[in-house]
Formats: sequence, structure tokens, C-alpha cells
Amino acid sequence: MTPFLYERPSDVGAALAAGARAGAQYLGGGTNLIDLMRETIEHPQLLVDVTGLSRDIEETQGGGLRIGAGVKNTAVAADRRVRERFPLLAQAILAGASAQIRNMATVGGNLMQRTRCIYFYDDAARCNKRTPGEGCDARDGFNRNHAVLGASQACVATHPSDMCVALAALDAVVTAKGRSGSREIPLTGFHRLPGDTPQVETALEPGELITAVTLPPNGVAARSHYRKVRDRASYAFALVSVAAGLEMDEGTIKDVRLALGGVAHKPWRAERAEAALRGRPATETAFRQAAEAELASAQALRDNSFKIELAKRVIADTLGKLAKASGAPQ
Amino acid sequence: MSRMQEAGQAVVKKAIALAPDSWIPGGRPDPLIHHKHGLIGAAVSRIDGPLKVSGQAQFCAEFPMERLTYAALQYSTIARGRIIEINTAAAEAAPGVVLVMTHRNAPKLKPAPPFMSQPKAAGPDDLPIMQDDRVHWNGQPVAIVLAETQEQADHAQSLIRVTYEQQNPVITLAAAKAKGTEPGLFMGEPLKQKIGDADAALAAAPHKVDVVYTTPRQNHSPIELHACTLAWDGDTLRVHDASQGVAHEAWTIAEVFGLKENQVRVTSPFVGGGFGSKLLWQHQIVAAAAAKLAGRPVRIMLSREGVFRIVGGRTLTEQRVALGAEADGQLDALIHTGVVAMTPHNNMPEPFILPAKSVYASKTFFLDVETVRMNMVANSFMRAPGEAVGTFGLESAMDELAVELGMDPIELRIRNEPEKDPLTGLPFSQRGIVQAWRDGAARFGWDKRSAKPASRREGDWLIGMGCATGTYPYYRLPGGAARLTITRDGRATVAIAAHEMGMGTVTVQAQVAAERLGLPLEQVQVLHGDNLHPGAVVAGGSQQTASIGASVIAAHSALVKELLKLAGNDSPLAGLGPDEVGGFEGGLCALEDESRREGYASILGRARREEVTVEAEAPMPLELQHWSMHSHSALFCEVRVNVVTGEVRVSRFLGSFDCGRILNAKTAASQFRGGIIMGLGLALMEEALFDERSGRIMNPSLAEYHVPVHLDVPEIDVIWTDEPDPHSPAGARGVGEIGITGVGAAVANAVFNATGKRVRDLPITLDKVM
Repeated sequence: MTPFLYERPSDVGAALAAGARAGAQYLGGGTNLIDLMRETIEHPQLLVDVTGLSRDIEETQGGGLRIGAGVKNTAVAADRRVRERFPLLAQAILAGASAQIRNMATVGGNLMQRTRCIYFYDDAARCNKRTPGEGCDARDGFNRNHAVLGASQACVATHPSDMCVALAALDAVVTAKGRSGSREIPLTGFHRLPGDTPQVETALEPGELITAVTLPPNGVAARSHYRKVRDRASYAFALVSVAAGLEMDEGTIKDVRLALGGVAHKPWRAERAEAALRGRPATETAFRQAAEAELASAQALRDNSFKIELAKRVIADTLGKLAKASGAPQ
Repeated sequence: MSRMQEAGQAVVKKAIALAPDSWIPGGRPDPLIHHKHGLIGAAVSRIDGPLKVSGQAQFCAEFPMERLTYAALQYSTIARGRIIEINTAAAEAAPGVVLVMTHRNAPKLKPAPPFMSQPKAAGPDDLPIMQDDRVHWNGQPVAIVLAETQEQADHAQSLIRVTYEQQNPVITLAAAKAKGTEPGLFMGEPLKQKIGDADAALAAAPHKVDVVYTTPRQNHSPIELHACTLAWDGDTLRVHDASQGVAHEAWTIAEVFGLKENQVRVTSPFVGGGFGSKLLWQHQIVAAAAAKLAGRPVRIMLSREGVFRIVGGRTLTEQRVALGAEADGQLDALIHTGVVAMTPHNNMPEPFILPAKSVYASKTFFLDVETVRMNMVANSFMRAPGEAVGTFGLESAMDELAVELGMDPIELRIRNEPEKDPLTGLPFSQRGIVQAWRDGAARFGWDKRSAKPASRREGDWLIGMGCATGTYPYYRLPGGAARLTITRDGRATVAIAAHEMGMGTVTVQAQVAAERLGLPLEQVQVLHGDNLHPGAVVAGGSQQTASIGASVIAAHSALVKELLKLAGNDSPLAGLGPDEVGGFEGGLCALEDESRREGYASILGRARREEVTVEAEAPMPLELQHWSMHSHSALFCEVRVNVVTGEVRVSRFLGSFDCGRILNAKTAASQFRGGIIMGLGLALMEEALFDERSGRIMNPSLAEYHVPVHLDVPEIDVIWTDEPDPHSPAGARGVGEIGITGVGAAVANAVFNATGKRVRDLPITLDKVM
């Protein structure tokens, strides 16, 4: 680990001032950044600890919630309002990491997680994220965990978060503050696809600080489910995960939200599948066809072709179970 | 409950005669096996338990030393070649740095004699250690930094820049095989055996399977990272290590530094898991060399990545298993052959044919382990080397044969039960696997299994049952010796250079010694983990229990002789020979008349002695020349396989063991369960990702190298026959390794029963099942 300075500002203004300094990075629970510093992948000169800031969960108009960026993952998952109105989010958080890590990790930090690509983690390997332009050893290497959607020649990594997959499905909005003011970024636009610049992972400008994530009131949230498929029963990143919400009108799909984890460089909002389903009868065939439509552009690497079929199956199965739970004829 | 147990329960306390000094035909068995004694088999909690749960047990990286420095290693990033340039200037200038050592300034060292090359050798391979610019594997230590703090050492290490020239490494299995194979040689014997014409018998057999199974590289992941704290005092070296071979390490380190064996002191009171990995690797030697150069003590603790880079694990195997059988299931041919990888500088041909040498009768055999050499970290011993992966091939193939024959797989196994050792013709010392199968099948509810695959489903989950035989041999290596002291207050101390790695050795041996001596457990202490103690007893091959047992028997015999001499003519024991007395309630008594007795305190008091100390060596392991000695297990597994995703969850597991007399029901059950859990990892998730482009292990962390977490482990039921082995100390055979054997096949066979899919390539990940 490279030596660094550490500051713990008492308010957002002071944090932004500190965050504007050269080599500064914001520190949440540290469950990812500190690992990366130990692995000498990250070398911040200054850590600005923002875990003391933005620690409330507040009501918004119409039954939405505004979750402060400093709220611990455990606290979000345990919040009664979250569990009642947005069970998808609580399920997704509890599917991630371990209890100890969730106790440390913050909402803002979770959004800023970096990929777990094993070539990104090994500075003896080539990685365009670590050293732009040097090449990618994952593309022809061990890539069982890697992306099948939206990848580029430069990068085939996936985003590791479970929480963000649920947020993507729930139309969450990120509030970011910079020295020139505050702005709102839809979660689905917050993380980027790799393109030619895989080192640029989010829409944040340098020095900007996430202060909150807002969940708008949502008709599908009540009937929703997070399904995570992984290599062991707990404490593993998703091979494929599905966040799904369904609003039914008799046997017809009134509204649907669908997002995928483990398949792309960002939480993947399955807009094609959603469009294919809105207004259609909730049948097994419709769900499978929607899944096929979403994965139509998928591209397999050496080790991960199974993810394409797995994603299709889990999408169709999860939606089917939600429809069934709503009493819709199958 | 066995008849032996029932008979034993009637006898609560009885004088224990001396055990024989060896186990040869016509000799008498250890008297401890005749009866069920108070402490033998009792579920005694580990003596070191309170120390560990209260944090007082001191592990090797916790010993304080004055002026201690902390070490960090730089590992190579190429698989074979030369160091062209190694720039250490920035590291040397970094805050707190005491020393940067590379091949340019390291003291002259001899290579460490590799394990098994000489009686006390403990090295991983015969490579020179930081002596030249050569690189032999991706991950080899090329520099060590010493600094005032661990953080400073780590930071300085990150500033080292090395330029390499890569030179034709052999890092693909295909390239290694293209260079040709050599027969494996294990413990001095070729891993190649033929009886009859197996190929012809296979061709002629009416029923057969002939398939290839593969198992990947697996890495050691003990919870305690490899570490040591060491210091020089002139020409003597003091090492606090995490070791399963203190005497071996001391001897080998002395060889490396050109010292006498007694100039190196290695202690290891506690070890946080060994599994075969806690012997000598380069870190102890490099740290000792750096300590010498710096003139300061050194603590080195590998990072988890460091363990993957320099501590070798289980190598990959490719196994062909071909079985030919008659319609009644009897084997005509048993062929188990294949290839394993090792390095150009070590000799550990993963001996996967060992189970096939003794588990089944067959008219013909062909067993053969061929080796290829690759540039990789020296592969090594990992819990049940050979058996853990060999049983995956053999026992999966037996299941496939049972399907081919339309026969129950347990019945098939029982029909091939040999009457004597199928290869050597020796009689079995004790063999209760059929009983283990019957006991286990009844308890597990095997009769509820449908032989038809994919026939049981609950919701999204297909449910299947599988079974497999596990097996591990009884070993007892030469070199055992013990010191036994008895004091005037009636306390006994056993001292032996053996090891407590968490499995309960100290507790179990205290139980056995207390029974022999006729003392309560609290009055017996077992000193261990110090090369100044007698003996060279490696905690490996599941042989430590037997080795210590035989050593203590020898010392006990010497002690009784000495005590009778001291007792003299004024004792009630006068006139009795050593074979006529036994340990009984704090002293000795006549076996024929327990009222004729004298306490140890009384004997020593009259002789005006504070203590009596004897030391004796265990006899050579002649029992192994007269009997075929093997433990077995009958394993039962129930899995649930998700029809949508192919996720495999083990929902029930039962191990039914036949391992001779169980000495401590609690610690033995933990060994069995721990082995089974490790076997679940082997079956379902463990795989070191060796990138064949770079020769580098790409998942050197427990986030990416998966071992089972709690949620992966169901309740595991264990039972045992408890039939004593009449030809081993206390009737016991080791229990440390057998637990992992057979588990891979039991899981794979259950997956087949659940789904109809046969996975022949470990680990069984969901993509292979969905």
C-alpha cells in the first residue's frame, strides 16, 4: 500500500473541498477501495472519509425514499420502509457479500465498486482499466465471470454489485454534489459501458460526491424479486442475477421492470425485454421470448457462453414466478 | 454398537499391561484394545480449546522479539527465464527500510534437500534459493524487503522494478505432454503395477466402462497464513514456525546454512491448519538469510496471494479408469492410469492409483501414474494426496459400472470386496468396510433412493443420492521417539517432536498416556512442537497418532522397568517383571492381583527421587510388512440440483467410517467432518486458475478461489465401526485424511442420480450441470 493522507470532514462542503485536491478519493466503508490499495491497484494520495455524512433515510413525496449515501448496506436492508415498499432492494443487498462487509459498506461506496476481473486485480497482467491502451488479458484468458452484453474490445469486465441491479430496476436516481452544485443522475446512466475508455466507469465528474440515492414510488416494486445465481451458496459474485418487478392487470402485464447483474460492465436494465412484455399476456412463452430478445445481442467469450442461456432461463423463471404469485393464469 | 464396545462397557477400570514392542505375527495386541477404557474413545474436549477461544494460544507470527523487522516478498511475474535487471533503489530509500535482499547480495546457501529425499528432508524442491538470476516459476520470490513495520515493508516492496527475459517455459499441459512422460516414483516405489493382462480382460469383459476423469490444481488455504518469526544468536538460529515437521525443518535449515542440526531450534506450539502445506518453503529460508544479513530478527507472514505463489498445492490429474466386469459385478479388469503434472525440480507425482491398489478384488490390474514437468510452483502434499482425487476417478467409474450393470452401487462394491490385499496378497489387519456400508445405508435411508436418474423432484429442485468408498492407508514412519517423565507428585509428561495443528493430537495422546499409566487426564501433559524433543515425527500421512503411540509405548516400557528397579525389594511389587504389572490408579499393580500395588509417588518417595525420566525409540514399522493396513469409509450424499440454473446444493451427507479404534469421539468426528467439508470444496468449487499463457495462478485470493462457506455445508452425520486394529498402537488408525477421500465421487454420483448428467471434470460447477 502506498502511504496516503486521511481526512474525515464534518460536512459535505468540507468534503467537496478536500475531494478537489490532487489525488483525492472519497472513502466509504472501504470494503473495495482499501483492498485495491493493498493490491497497489489504487494509489490515492488523500482519502476523504465521508462515512459520517448523509446517513439518513428520508421519505419523499408519494411514498418514495431518499437514502443517504453514507447509510450502511445493512441499515438499508433492515429499514422497515425499504422492506415493505422496495423488497427487491433489501433482497439484493442481502444477496451480496457477507454480513461483516455489509455492516461496513455504504450505499455510495457500493455504487463506486470496481470490477472483480482477476486480470484487473493482478498488475502482472495487462488491463486497459489499470493502464489504458496496454491491452486486455481477460479477453482470451479466464473469463467465465465476464460480460456477455455491452462489452468492448478494450474491456470485458462486469460490475460486481447486487444492490445496483435492484436500483437499476427501480428507476433509482443518484444525487451527486460538486463544487458547482448538485445534479441528479438516473442510476441506469450512472455506470458506463466500457467502450474505448474502460477506465472511466461512472458519470461522476472529478471531485463530485454522491450524497443520496432516491427511490421513486413505483407500481412494480411491491411484487418483485431478486434472484442471484452464483458458484456457491453465499459470498460469491453473481454469474447472473435478475432483478424483476411485475405489475399485473388480470392476466396482462401492465408494467414490468427488469435488470441483470453479472452480465455487463454496468447493471443492465433490460429495456428490450420490458418493451416486449408491456401489455402482453403473462405467459411462459412471452417471458422466454422477452429473454431471447434481451440476450439477442449477447456475445460469448471462451468460458462464459453458459451465461447467455442461464440469463434467459433465470429471466423467464423469475418473471414466471412473479406472475404466478399474482394469480395470473399461466 | 459393536460387540467389542458392549463387552468393554462392563469393565470400568482395569490395570493396563505393557503394550508389545512391535506388532508381528504371533505377537499379542496392545492391551488397550481389549477393553473399552474410561478415556479411550471418550469425547474429551481439546485441552488447548480454552487457550484458543480466549486468544491466549500464541501462533508463530505472534511471538515478540526485540528489534524485530517485518518482511515482504517480491514474486516473479514470468514462468521461466532470467532476471535482467532488478532495481531496488526506490525500495531501499523508502521510509523504514532496513534491508532489500536479492540474489545479488544474498548469503551463499545450499539448496534445501527435498522432502522424502532423506529421512529428515523438508524442502519443496532442489532449487537454489535466491542464489542466481534464474526464474523457475511464475511467483518465485526474487527479493525480500525488511522494514520497521509491515506497512513499510509492503510499500517498499511495491517500488521494486524487475526486468526479465523469458526463456521457453513449459506452461501448457499439452506442451508438457508433447515432451513425453516419465513413470511416477512415490516413496521409492514406481507408481506402476500390472497383474495379468488387463487390456485383454477388459476387451473380453461383457460389461465395461472406459472413461477419463480430470481434476484441477487445488491450492492450500489454511486459515493461518504461512509465517515465521526468527532470530540469529551468533551461529544459532531460533525459529518460531507454523510447522508439521519441526525436526525435519531444523535439519533441513541446518543443511541450507551449513550448520549442525542442534544449531537450529524450531518450535511450533500451535498451527492454524496444515493439511500438508506447513513444511519448509522458501519464505523461512529467505527470511533467515535476510535476518543474518541485517543482523536483526525477522517476522515474515505471507499474504494470501503469497501462499498461492510459493506454497504448492495439489497438482492436476487426468485419469483413465476402465473397468471390465461379469454380469454378477465381479471385476475382470481394473485399469487406472493417467498423467499428473509436477515441476522439473520436485518429485511429487500425485499418486492417484493408491486407492485402486487395495479397495477391490479384480482378476487383472493395470495401474500407472505418468508424470510431466511444468514450470509452476512445486506441487505438494494436500490432504490425502493421491486418494482424494484418485477416489474421484475410481469411485465415479464404479458408479458408472453399476448403472451399466443395472446393479445397486453398494452391492457392486460389496461383491468386489477382496479377501486379502489384491496386489500384495497380504492379509488385512482389520477391514470392516462391508459393515460400514450396511450401517451407513440403514442410517441414511439408502433404500429410498430410486436407481432411475432424475426421478425425484421437489419444486425447482431435482433430488438425488450417491455413494462412494473412501480409503486411506495406515502408515507409521520410522523416527518416532519419546521422553516420558514421572514426578514425585504423580504427574507424567510426554515429550515428543510431534505436532498439534488443531486436530486434537495433544488431547488424544494425553488420553492414551493417562490410560497406560493409570493416571487421570489432568495429571498428564504432552509437550510437542519442538525439535529439541525426541523423535522426528511428521504430522503427515495420517500417521502421527500411530507414530506417537508406538513411541510412548516404548518409553512406557522403559519407564516401568526403571520404576520396578527403584521400587526394589521393599515394595509390594517386589519380584514382579515388567510384563506382570500394569498401570492402575496412580501407580503400578500386579496384573494377577490388583491389591498388590504401589503408587508412583510412593516409589519415587522411597527412592528419594523427584522424578524419573526415560527416553525410547519406537520400533521399526514391521506391522506394515505383515499386514495390508487400510482405513475405509462408506459415504452417502444427497444433493439438490436446480432445474433452472444447475446449481448444486448438498443437502445431506453421511460418512460411515472404519478406521480401527476411535480414540476420541469428539476430535475424530471433527476430523471426519472437516475432511468431508474439504471434499465438498474439491467436488464443487476448488480450482486454481493457472493461466497457460503466463504460467500464473490468476485467482490467488479466497474471494476468487472458492472454498465452501457455511451455507454450502449441510449437517454432516458421521458414524464408525470402532473395530480395533489388532496390529496398531491402541488399535487405532489415523483419521486426519480419510474424511476427504471419496467425497468428490459421492457428490458426482449423487448429481448423476439427481439429473442423469455425469460430470467427469472437477469442480462440478453449474455450467456443467445446467
